[in-house]
Amino acid sequence: MGKWTRRAFITGGVLAGGALILGVAIRRGDKSGVVKGMIASDDETVFDIWLKISPDNSVTAIVPHAEMGQGVHTSLAMMLADEMDADWDKIKVMEAPAHKEYANYALGKGFMLEGTRIPSFLVGTVDGAFLKIMQSMNMQITGGSTSVRTTGMHGMRVAGAAAKATLLKAAAKEWGVNESSLRAEKSMIYDDASNRSATYAELAPKAAGISMPANPELKKPEEFKIMGTSPQRLDIPAKVNGTASFGMDVSLPNMKYATVKASPVFGNKVKSMEASAAESMKGVHKVYNLDDKAVAVVADGYWTAKQALNKVKIDFGTTDNNAVLQEDIYTNFAKAMDDAVANGDQEEDFESGDPEGALASASKVIEAEYKIPYLAHAAMEPMNCTAWIHDGIAEIWTGTQNPLGVAAFAAEFLDMDEENVKVHNQYLGGAFGRRAQNDAVEQALTIAKDLDSPVKLIWSREEDMQQDFYREAAISRFKGGIDENGKASVWINQYVYKKEPAEASHIPYSIENTYAHYTDYETHVPWGPWRSVAHSKHAFFTESFIDEMSIAQEQDPYEYRRELLSDNPRFLKVLETVAEKADWNKELPENWGRGIAIHKSFGTIVAEVAEVEVKEDGKVRVHKVVCAADPGFAVHEDGFKAQIESGVIYGLTAAMYGEIKIDQGKVAQSNFHDYQMIRMNEAPEIEVHIINSGEFPGGAGEPGTPAIAPAVTNAIFDATGTRIRELPINLQKISLEDRQLSSNA
Amino acid sequence: MTKIIINGQEREFDIDPSTPLLWVIREQAGLTGTKFGCGMAQCGACTMHLDGNPIRSCVTPLQAAAGKEITTIEGITPKGSELHAIQKAWIEEQVPQCGYCQSGQIMSAVALLKENPAPTDEDIDKAMSGNICRCGTYGRIRKGIKRAALMMADASTQNSENNG
Repeated sequence: MGKWTRRAFITGGVLAGGALILGVAIRRGDKSGVVKGMIASDDETVFDIWLKISPDNSVTAIVPHAEMGQGVHTSLAMMLADEMDADWDKIKVMEAPAHKEYANYALGKGFMLEGTRIPSFLVGTVDGAFLKIMQSMNMQITGGSTSVRTTGMHGMRVAGAAAKATLLKAAAKEWGVNESSLRAEKSMIYDDASNRSATYAELAPKAAGISMPANPELKKPEEFKIMGTSPQRLDIPAKVNGTASFGMDVSLPNMKYATVKASPVFGNKVKSMEASAAESMKGVHKVYNLDDKAVAVVADGYWTAKQALNKVKIDFGTTDNNAVLQEDIYTNFAKAMDDAVANGDQEEDFESGDPEGALASASKVIEAEYKIPYLAHAAMEPMNCTAWIHDGIAEIWTGTQNPLGVAAFAAEFLDMDEENVKVHNQYLGGAFGRRAQNDAVEQALTIAKDLDSPVKLIWSREEDMQQDFYREAAISRFKGGIDENGKASVWINQYVYKKEPAEASHIPYSIENTYAHYTDYETHVPWGPWRSVAHSKHAFFTESFIDEMSIAQEQDPYEYRRELLSDNPRFLKVLETVAEKADWNKELPENWGRGIAIHKSFGTIVAEVAEVEVKEDGKVRVHKVVCAADPGFAVHEDGFKAQIESGVIYGLTAAMYGEIKIDQGKVAQSNFHDYQMIRMNEAPEIEVHIINSGEFPGGAGEPGTPAIAPAVTNAIFDATGTRIRELPINLQKISLEDRQLSSNA
Repeated sequence: MTKIIINGQEREFDIDPSTPLLWVIREQAGLTGTKFGCGMAQCGACTMHLDGNPIRSCVTPLQAAAGKEITTIEGITPKGSELHAIQKAWIEEQVPQCGYCQSGQIMSAVALLKENPAPTDEDIDKAMSGNICRCGTYGRIRKGIKRAALMMADASTQNSENNG
């Protein structure tokens, strides 16, 4: 997709069946009586399913995405308000109801247009045909850093522009003047010639009879008034006084509380349980075996339920999974990789030139192997779900990245009509991919089927950590070749697990002969998307290895990358910006080092420079991280910076401490004491520099994460000469004495 | 029956006195601004004040608060004022992201500034490192605390000028 212009937008739309999209974006809301009833009261005018105008002249943007900290309610409202010329001070946001009208066609379209593979959390609902996606996707999902890129670009802006165009028409008709003599500003329409004006609210009922344009004119970037600025986020006031309602905070009359324990060894089932001690406790209602998958206690309060659950003796049986150790998993990965090469049955990722031939004639060959562990999401809000089945309907209150998916899941699980399932989405206390899963929903519904009152299921932190869907552990091997002219000529990469997005393993560098291949090896450990998904591992692998190649050629890691990016101006600009802002060549104190990494994910290129200090005892302290990011265009500048800062801390936590270790089939870690987090005293200063290149907007929520691990490990090498090839960093032996060895090497 | 004073109001609870305060406040008193994060005093999401001092309510039994004053996020706004300086600074610095940990962060920060009206970076590290934020808002929390400290210093200068 080319430049972000209206022409590109419309063209893109036509190419990918955009008429349907535009039709969706501006479909008259009153055609769907059900949706109107959900989003508006009688005296409000529903313009399309994305916005309504109230009698007080406020405009409500109806946002089909979950707010999980990324500020999407605000940035999407900005896109709508700007195109509509609405008064930002009177903008409100409501999250769209979980209804098929809001199925995220725009998201599907975004993926299609970019030519990426559909992420696995959508597989099963997608058959690749665009029309089919629209009908069957049950997709109102927030993930893949897509909201602004898809709903915003293909939905909110069009809806806002179409609403404004219609209001202008209504005013022209009312006043008997030509539309072109009118202007819209801050939710008012003015006829300067006759000194007349009217509010959007006054005109809205009249506009309701006028057909909306299918392809309204969108603003050019230089016409933006709200996009590109940094208004205060609309969700923040409620988040400083305790009133923001998360799934955890739902309260209903006569509500019961439940907590749950599933088999710590993944895949094992409840064979038997002894619950009499628990059942006899005061305040305990019932102990449930949830379809042999878990045991739940329902009580008057969470604490009672938790105490009672501790008293239930559960036999989860023994299977082959009980014997699995983390070391076995790594050994099996390595063997699968060796076997794939020996048998020639590896899967090809990408290839160019003649990698084997070039390797054979290379004047220098470098090899390295990297290894990373499983990771948990560990969102601050433990998993929870409140459910109530009554009067022929099922109601669900939870914080989910995919409310429509929850509704579809519940309808199928309960064998009910989807119209009778009501999902009340709440604020998400962190998600990072975890809240795209329905496991807690299933548990709550299983209990609710048997209860005549609402039940709030709350997981303990231990359950949350040990029953996650984990970022995969992996191994990645490289061979790099340098030709007789001292130029990097070969890049060969073999790794376990191909995950989304497909391009995560790609490199931006001009290396003529490349070959990347992979082997999938199934374990019993559940997998799920984790902030930035496959980018979280590949950036560490590829940006570590390119650093090793630069060192092998005795070149400065920044200059080396710069050289290899000379044909790639967009990357080059980001790289040069970060080096400049980070004072790349400035001297550092003794035992300090600087490392650089660059990676593109979800349409945004991010380069990061980390400054680290290695203490005498080998402990690492990251003092500062400078980021340069090209998201094409940052709709909410401060919000974009906040997301990059967030992504850096999330990725840094994983790089420094993150390890989920499988021991006898189960997760060894259980809470924040053994799954450590970066805290205030270790948080680096972070600077973010935005480059608005004008390319189609990229994501914000995830792209800050991938580059931080290699930036830090490259900096550790710079400080000490110790090359970190395995994460997390705190478990590696780092010695200041290595510096001597490496400088002699 | 255990009697405690929550945000200035006396309340009585007929509940096992070993129940952690967190659950009494959330489920019995219905004040859900205080959050459950870990259950073992590792994350700080459940921070509230007991007689003015920050505590981890997930490991503090109800009986430890008998007859004492509890302050939660719902009770920190000074009378006659819209927001506490920390809350104002949190909005100005746009601190929260998902927001789940922020009640606890704010309660720790309010306690810090009460003890120490002009905290250094080290003071902030010490007071705030018990509170985890998975969205990584630490830099903004630090700025927010410093901004609130300035606001409070300005306000007290004005007060003393008015009184003097």
